Amino acid sequence: MHDIPVRADERTVYIERYPASTRANHWLVVILFMLAALSGLGLFHPALAWLVNLFGGGPWARILHPFLGLAMALGFIGLAMHVAGENRMLDRDRQWLRQWRDVVANREGDLPEAGKYNAGQKLVFWSMLVLLVLLLVTGFLFWRPWFTPYVPITVVRLATLIHSASAALLVILVIVHAYAAIWVKGSVRAMVQGYVSARWARIHHSLWYREVTRDRP
Amino acid sequence: MSSLQSLDIKQRSATTAQPPSVRNTTEVAKLIDVSKCIGCKACQVACGEWNDVRDAIGRNVGVYDNPADLSPETWTVMRFTEHEEAGRLEWLIRKDGCMHCADPGCLKACPSPGAIVQYSNGIVDFVEEHCIGCGYCVTGCPFDVPRISQDDNKAYKCTLCSDRVLVGLEPACVKTCPTGAIMFGSKEDMKEQAAGRLVDLKERGYQNAGLYDPPGVGGTHVMYVLQHADRPGLYHNLPENPSISPMVSLWKGAAKPLALFAMGLTALAGFFHYVRVRPNDVDGDTAPGGNLPPPPEVKKEERRHA
Repeated sequence: MHDIPVRADERTVYIERYPASTRANHWLVVILFMLAALSGLGLFHPALAWLVNLFGGGPWARILHPFLGLAMALGFIGLAMHVAGENRMLDRDRQWLRQWRDVVANREGDLPEAGKYNAGQKLVFWSMLVLLVLLLVTGFLFWRPWFTPYVPITVVRLATLIHSASAALLVILVIVHAYAAIWVKGSVRAMVQGYVSARWARIHHSLWYREVTRDRP
Repeated sequence: MSSLQSLDIKQRSATTAQPPSVRNTTEVAKLIDVSKCIGCKACQVACGEWNDVRDAIGRNVGVYDNPADLSPETWTVMRFTEHEEAGRLEWLIRKDGCMHCADPGCLKACPSPGAIVQYSNGIVDFVEEHCIGCGYCVTGCPFDVPRISQDDNKAYKCTLCSDRVLVGLEPACVKTCPTGAIMFGSKEDMKEQAAGRLVDLKERGYQNAGLYDPPGVGGTHVMYVLQHADRPGLYHNLPENPSISPMVSLWKGAAKPLALFAMGLTALAGFFHYVRVRPNDVDGDTAPGGNLPPPPEVKKEERRHA
């Protein structure tokens, strides 16, 4: 194949956003989330009961769901170790959240500058972490046949209710998270291939851009 | 039990459409007159014989209850309570088992379509071939009745001998009871029977005798005549006013449709946001010809409504 010449004005500078380990960890959690969510939804609402067939029927969905959920939670802990440091909530994040109307209207210029993650991403991250901890703890309490016999029935009932509510909120958060990645072009490529354009970094995460380029383009 | 009757199903677990219910059968009930029970356990034996289930031989735990608890193989068990009142010892013996609630918490909680059914005669039956072993029926039951087998992970409980009742026979425990303490018939007849017995009991000094047919679960299809109906707790902690736990009602009631609605709404909101506001595309990936899209003009009016 001949080399296709690249014109100077077409040249784009790429910056690494996620190393291979973070990308692999992220997609592992995605796969486990999809499996845990589909099996869980199959047990949650009669209209979705057919989903258990994806797992080989009701008993198999019941058997697999807790293992999938546990694996997802452990995977998320691994992911959190990669990204938690950059997700600390700072003063400028509060202002960013207050201007959510500018965010959804694509008026990015009016927003406070963002580091590697903006306040919305941070909020999603911490909410997911809290929900996963709730899901993990409550899930053990009604995981038959091993743990439930030692748990009082009132606790089992409360755990089941909290588990369902947390799971529903997590699914909603994941929809928001996935939509944000589709909406802000370049995000999916960042998580699949690891790179973003310098322009993307400068516009969406200017503080992070200046940090990694040390103010050089 | 497996589902034998198909034309007279009143409720079916995890099913939102109406089940076949063309046949309208008489509501039945079992009446257990605790004041006539002598604790012989013949009902326990008859139950195991008819249903062909036998518990493993256990250990004496120091009381007459034998086996000590309900199990996947023991669908009814006599609960013995020694109660002293005014210097008199009373032996309160309650035949424990499924109460066949009109509003069954097990059925409400069950996530497997058709694993629990309620026939139009009121019997609540587990269809084990559809059971997935999640234990939600245990979570939903206000009487702590269903038991999950360690061997096959299926839930078991009293069927009220639905297979016998189907062909016009009384349940096995009723058939065998030597004192007539267990009776079976239409719910109406059983209430009438109980009313007559309560007159006798009151004459004999049991001023608080009464029928246990708790309204919190819509009434039950197994009812007790109790000497001390004002204190059901005396009878091995029979709940005073049982009902489906509000946590179970919330989980299996409002939470289900609300959660699905919120999920769908979120996805739709995203889609229409994409269509109306357009993607945020600084690299021009989605713009025709590789050109960057013009910066969106923000009208003052739009800003106010955004």
